[in-house]
Amino acid sequence: MNEKTIEKKEKGAFGKFVDSFGLPRLIIALFLLLLLILAPFVGADLPTQISNIIARFSWNGVLVLAMVPMVHSGCGLNFGLPLGIISGLLGATLSIEFGFTGPVSFLMAILISTPFALVFGTGYGWLLNRIKGGEMMIATYVGFSSVSLMCMMWLILPYKSPNMVWGMAGKGLRTTISLEGYYDQVLANFLAIRIGNFEIPTGTLLFFAVLALAIWAFLHTKTGTAMTAVGSNPVFARAAGINVDRIRMLSVIMSTWLAAVGILVYEQGFGFIQLYMAPFYMALPAVSAILIGGASVNKASIMNVIIGTILFQGIVTMTPTVMNNMIHMDMSEVIRIIVSNGMILYALTRKTEGSR
Amino acid sequence: MSNEKGPLLEMRNIRKDFFGNQVLTDINLTLHEGEVIGLVGENGAGKSTLMRILFGADMIRETGGYGGEIRMDGQVVHFNSPFDAIAAGIGMVHQEFSLIPGFTTTENILLNREPKKRTVLSEIFGERLDTLNRTEMDERAANAIEMMGVSIDRNMIISDMPVGHKQFTEIARELSKEQLKLLILDEPTAVLTEKEAEALLASIRGMAERGIAVIFITHRLQEILSVCDRVVVMRDGYVVNESKAEETDVYEITRWMVGRDVKLTEAEDEGRSFENANTILKVEKLWVDMPGETVRNVNLEVKEGEILGIGGLAGQGKLGIPNGIMGLYHSGGRVIFEGNEIPLNSPRKCLDSSFAFVSEDRRHVGLLLDESLEWNIAFPAMQIHDEFLKKYLGGLVKWRDEKAIKEVTDKYIEELAIKCTSSKQKAKELSGGNQQKVCLAKAFALKPRLLFVSEPTRGIDVGAKALVLDALKKFNRENGITIVIISSELEELRQSCDRIAMVSGGRIAGILPASSTLEELGALMLSQVI
Repeated sequence: MNEKTIEKKEKGAFGKFVDSFGLPRLIIALFLLLLLILAPFVGADLPTQISNIIARFSWNGVLVLAMVPMVHSGCGLNFGLPLGIISGLLGATLSIEFGFTGPVSFLMAILISTPFALVFGTGYGWLLNRIKGGEMMIATYVGFSSVSLMCMMWLILPYKSPNMVWGMAGKGLRTTISLEGYYDQVLANFLAIRIGNFEIPTGTLLFFAVLALAIWAFLHTKTGTAMTAVGSNPVFARAAGINVDRIRMLSVIMSTWLAAVGILVYEQGFGFIQLYMAPFYMALPAVSAILIGGASVNKASIMNVIIGTILFQGIVTMTPTVMNNMIHMDMSEVIRIIVSNGMILYALTRKTEGSR
Repeated sequence: MSNEKGPLLEMRNIRKDFFGNQVLTDINLTLHEGEVIGLVGENGAGKSTLMRILFGADMIRETGGYGGEIRMDGQVVHFNSPFDAIAAGIGMVHQEFSLIPGFTTTENILLNREPKKRTVLSEIFGERLDTLNRTEMDERAANAIEMMGVSIDRNMIISDMPVGHKQFTEIARELSKEQLKLLILDEPTAVLTEKEAEALLASIRGMAERGIAVIFITHRLQEILSVCDRVVVMRDGYVVNESKAEETDVYEITRWMVGRDVKLTEAEDEGRSFENANTILKVEKLWVDMPGETVRNVNLEVKEGEILGIGGLAGQGKLGIPNGIMGLYHSGGRVIFEGNEIPLNSPRKCLDSSFAFVSEDRRHVGLLLDESLEWNIAFPAMQIHDEFLKKYLGGLVKWRDEKAIKEVTDKYIEELAIKCTSSKQKAKELSGGNQQKVCLAKAFALKPRLLFVSEPTRGIDVGAKALVLDALKKFNRENGITIVIISSELEELRQSCDRIAMVSGGRIAGILPASSTLEELGALMLSQVI
């Protein structure tokens, strides 16, 4: 309606900028800037800090990217990320179990995790298609329950590799498994740039770039266009002959697979496989990162992913150093929790874009 | 205050701009007790904004308030929220329903104003634990409904009701407020059948006799003339004319509204005959389970190249026919297109057989409100016919061809005179009439052989109406596309169709040439009403 057009508020140049950039995003960006300025004064080495942010970004980028397909198809934010992560973990542990080492183990981990991601994604997608409208809540529970189930499975599954099982019992996987000799830093070391304390993990960034480009390209294809339309108005899409359920299913499978690859990328940077409750703590940071990046419950772009991951990881890496040096107290965890949960809460309550 | 009765409502020099964009300029409006004024104007003329100011809508305050003053009973008032307005005795019935679907009529009418009974619990814990006095609620609801002079089931759940009854429930809710002095009706008859509209008009007169002033907004000018004392015409944020209802006529009002001469075409009989044409579509024993528009048993033949109109009262099933054939609601029977049977309940199969459908529900089915016009217009053609795509790797990658999409969008923007800032503008930012044109463009871009158009002019103004109907006619004449128009407005069908099928009771009651008189069509329309 015409009136609605006019309804759009105008608030002068600054206001417009705040509106388009988003107030929380602005605050977080300014806070990060402040931290970067403060860092040298409190005795932290700036190049190291910046390297840290870039490294963190490269580890987490793909996990955040995994949000995009489901947001586009209207399934909301993928709180069920742990399901995809579990597929990745299965790939990782099986790859080691089968005796692959070095870069090959990374490739095999991706290959082995793919069928798991497809199967889990299909089941997850089937479930989400039955509960349209309540996706995000159900997704959260899917995440919870899959993690709990796997807590048992990691113990029961007949893994044998001495690098992974508990030393005394000789069975059951350890909570943390070192990747040394396997795919620790395989991507990061590829074409890595090192100048003094400053490091760029070129390979990991390239890997993220390739995946991001693939998603960007996909969204420009016929099927990708259909996916966005399904998210924008499922009834419209159905009337245009789109099989809405199939497109949603596809988006869930894509999200799940990206999460599987994402956790493998994370592990190669971090250097360890973390099992049991670890996948549980991966979903919220990824969700809040994409929200900080400016995405909403049903709109997200690759730019949102990149900006969001940099801002979120920047805060997470910078606060401990700066805060510790300043007030000699560990505030980083508190800040991380406030930022991530606050951001999610903010996004879910935003009326304009959030309501569906 | 003097004893002499001043005007109930006075709006003086009302101005409103949305940050530089002037939408209302020096509006003066007075209204006396028991007076009915008709407020007309094209979409976007400022009627709704004016009413929102009067009703204290939040959006007005959020966008910087308004200029000028409003007086009620001589006192300057300033409503900060709709609650203030309601307390001052203003009631408003909106275009969109604000009812609770799972509640009954009675519960909706008296929501939050229910008569209560004290109980033991409420004696102890306070009045929040009072129970509802169901008998009195029932009585009060019955009274309110009776004031309208219609009969609707007080115990029916809103979601089960036909739209007309929902509208009456809304009005009854306003009427049940004792302090009501002024009632604003924003296009209340748009969703009503003629008979229901009649009843509503009668009830408006009844309210006026009781001393309630009414502001009546509608696009149906005939209704304004028959019920209002005065007609106020707005255009582009100005009141361009104000006259007594008996001193004006539809033609004059229309001219004031659009600021140009609109030809009110009579049913033009071009004498096109399709008796010998091929039957392009044959529908046999069609039933459609569409809530409120059930189709029971429809047999219909559509001839190649004609424009067939389907008319009938609301709720008799005319809307169910296209929705069922296109697979949007569950249906059964046989649909034969050019000798091939089309499977039902599959939108894709219909679209593949080059059908297209412009839905009556623009906002929910017809448009991607949050996307650009380009997407809206090109999307179905892209998905169905693989158009506007660049193919790479032997067709494996089908890349969106932004240039082709922009071209086709610009073409239709120009052809249909869609008012927009660019082809990138979002569909939700357009006015109703322009949105409808986008829906048509979307269907035209599919290059269909058979086009269903459902309620093409619902909720759009006179100017846009003529443009939309002309566009359909042109599409039919120039490309030889068979069109089926489904509409509640007989006049409109008579102007644009070759034959008109009347639906009654979920069946086709008969098919007449468009040159038939309204009486003949009306008789068919009512023949099998359930």
